[in-house]
Amino acid sequence: MAYSLKKEATKPERLAGGHRLCSGCGAGVAVRGVLRALDEGDRAVVTNATSCLEVSTFIYPNTAYYDSYVHSAFACAAATCSGVETAYRALKKKGKVQDNYKFITFGGDGGTYDIGIQSLSGAMERGHDMVYVCYDNEAYMNTGIQRSSATPRFANATTSPVGTQSAGKRQTKKDLTSIMAAHGLPYLAQTTFFKDMRDLHTKAHRAIYTEGPCFLNVLAPCPRGWRYEEAKLQEVCRLAVESCVWPLYEIIEGQYVLNYEPKKKLPVVDFLKMQGRFSHMFKKGNEWMIDEAQEYVDQKWETLLRVCRN
Amino acid sequence: MAKQDRMSGNEAVAYAMKQINPDVMGAFPITPSTEIPQYYSEYIADGEVDTEFITVESEHSAMASVIGSSAAGARSVTATSSCGLAYMWELLYVAASMRLPITMAVVNRALTGPININNDHSDSMGARDSGWIQIYAETNQEVYDNFIQAIPISERMRLPIMVCQDGFITSHGVSNIELLDDEEVRDFVGEYEPEHFLLNSEEPYAVGPYGISAYYMEAKRAQAQSMKDSMAVIMDVANEFKELTGRDYGFFEEYMMGDAEVALVVIGSSAGTGKEAVDRLRGEGKKVGLIKLRVFRPFPRKPLAYAMCKVKAVAVMDKAESFSNSGGPLFNEARSSLYDLPNKPFVINYIYGLGGRDITVEDFYEIYQDLFVIYRTDDPEDVYRYIGVRDSRYRYE
Repeated sequence: MAYSLKKEATKPERLAGGHRLCSGCGAGVAVRGVLRALDEGDRAVVTNATSCLEVSTFIYPNTAYYDSYVHSAFACAAATCSGVETAYRALKKKGKVQDNYKFITFGGDGGTYDIGIQSLSGAMERGHDMVYVCYDNEAYMNTGIQRSSATPRFANATTSPVGTQSAGKRQTKKDLTSIMAAHGLPYLAQTTFFKDMRDLHTKAHRAIYTEGPCFLNVLAPCPRGWRYEEAKLQEVCRLAVESCVWPLYEIIEGQYVLNYEPKKKLPVVDFLKMQGRFSHMFKKGNEWMIDEAQEYVDQKWETLLRVCRN
Repeated sequence: MAKQDRMSGNEAVAYAMKQINPDVMGAFPITPSTEIPQYYSEYIADGEVDTEFITVESEHSAMASVIGSSAAGARSVTATSSCGLAYMWELLYVAASMRLPITMAVVNRALTGPININNDHSDSMGARDSGWIQIYAETNQEVYDNFIQAIPISERMRLPIMVCQDGFITSHGVSNIELLDDEEVRDFVGEYEPEHFLLNSEEPYAVGPYGISAYYMEAKRAQAQSMKDSMAVIMDVANEFKELTGRDYGFFEEYMMGDAEVALVVIGSSAGTGKEAVDRLRGEGKKVGLIKLRVFRPFPRKPLAYAMCKVKAVAVMDKAESFSNSGGPLFNEARSSLYDLPNKPFVINYIYGLGGRDITVEDFYEIYQDLFVIYRTDDPEDVYRYIGVRDSRYRYE
C-alpha cells in the first residue's frame, strides 16, 4: 500500500473538529490517525474508556464522532467493546445486520495499564475481533497529572511530586506492550506520531484488518502533564523515538519486527530536557538521575534489539 | 400445551432463557447463581440456542459486556449473586441511564463481611437506587414466570430489570413447575426491535456522554419518570401472562388480607413460611394476613397503602440490614407508603434471615402475637427489631 500523508489527510474526517481536547494534545491526533486507517465505506463502532478523550469528545448533546460510539465506564472499555463485537456476530448470524463493522477501543494509560488491565486482558484472551488502542500520555491527566504505572521513573507527577526527599516517580514504566505480547495476539505494535505518520497509519490499518484481538500502544504526549510547548508535540515524539525511549516495533504472529533504528541514537537528555516534568533532573547534584535514566533506556533497547534480531 | 417438570430455580431461569433464546449472554460464575451460565453453556454446546455467550473474567466485565451488546442492538441477559452484583455496582447505574433493557437473574445471597454464601437480600437491596426494575419470587414457578415477563417489561420500558430469587432456597431447591412451550414463550416475548442502536446502518448512535450540570438532572428526572411509567407496563404484562397461563401476578400477593387486623409484609421465599403461620392463626380464629411483595422497584406505594388501609398493626420483614439506625430498606419504604393513610396502622420492622439464618413458622407465629399485643396496648415500643438472632431475640438494643 503506497502511503501518502497528503492523500490520507484529504479523506473525510471521522473525528470532527471542535472537540474540547487541549491544543498540543496527543489523544486527538491518535484517534484521527487510527480512524483514518479505516477503509472508506467501512463502518466502525468506537468504544472509549472514561478519560480526557471521552469527556472532551462526547459532551451531551454533541458527539465529535461520525461513527457509532459507546462509553460505559473507566475500567471496562475492552469488555464493553467485546459486548458490541459479540452482538455484531449474533445479529449478523441472524441476518439483522448486513454491513461490515470494525471495533476500535480507545483508552488512556490509566484506563489501560492500570484500572482497565483486567478487562483488557480478558477481552484479548477471549479473542474478540477488535483493536484496543492505548493512547499513553504517561499519567492520569484527566484528574490532574497523577502518576500511573505508565509514568516513567523520575517524572514529576502530582502523586509522585519532586521534593527534598523525592526525585519524582520512584518506579520504572510498566512494559504493557510485553504484557500484551504474552497474550499471543495475532498483531500488536508500539507507535507514535513520527515523521509523516506512516508508522501509526500502517500499524492501525494492519491492526484493524487483522482478524482477532489486536493492540496498539501509542505514545500520545500531554502538554499539561509533560510541560512542553504545545506546538512541539511532534518534536517530543520524534525525540522519544530517536533516543530509543519509545521504540517503534510490532509483533506479527509472535515475530518481533523493529520498524525504526536511529542512525545515530540520541542521548535521553534530548528527550528529557524539553519537558518540565523532568526539569529537576537537570539541577546540580542530580546528574545521577540522568545517568540512571540513560542506563535504563539502553538496557531496554538492547533487550528489544536482541528479541527483534532473533 | 403446558407441561410439568421438576426443576431447581436456577434451572428454571436457564430454561426460560433457552426458550427466550437471547442474542447475547455475558456472565461470570458466583455461588449460588453459577448453575445458570452452566446450564446455558450446555444448551449452547448442544446447539439448542443461537445465543453468543461472553465468558468474561469478572462481573464488572459481565455487566460492561451486556451494556455493549444491548447498546449494539442485541437482546442481552446475565446472571449473578452477592459480591458479583456489588462488583457490577457502578455499571448498574450506567445500564439504567443508557435505558438498556438488560435482563439479569439475581440469585440473592449475603454480601461478604464475613464471607457467607447463603441467602439474604442485602445484594439487590443495596442496588435498589440504581434505576433497575426489581421483581422477586417466592417459588420456582414464580422464578420462571417472572423471568419470562421480565423481557417484555424491560423492553417496553427500555429499563434494565433484575429477576430475583432466594439463593439455595429456590435456586437449588427442586420443585414441580409448569412450563410453557417454546413457541408460546417466543410469541410472548416477541422479537427485540430497538429504537436506537450502535449497529444501525441508517443512523450512527452515540451513548454514554459526559452530562454536565445543564443536562444531568433532566436525564435523572426522565429515568424517574420511566420507573413511574413502568407500573402500568408491569400490570399489562401480568395480564397478558394471565391470559396465556391463568397464573395471576401483580405488584404483590395478598394472602388472607380481606378482614385482616394484623399483617406481615415480606419478600421472597419466606412468604411461604409466613403463610403457614397465617393458616395456623386463622385456624385459631385470629384475623391475620400477609402481603408478599413481588415488585420492589418501582415501589407500589399507593396499591400497598390501599391494601393495608384497614389493618391495625403491620410487621415489615427485612432480609437485609441497612445500618441506618432506623430499620431495613423495605420497612422504610413500606412505612412511608402508609403515612398517607387516614388511619395509620402501627408499623414495626424485623430484620431476619441474614446470611441464611432460618426463619420458622414459629417465628412468624410469634411476630403475629407481638402485633396483637401492640394493637391491644397501643404501644409499639421499639419498632426496629431483630428475630432469630442469639443475643437479642426480639429487640435491637
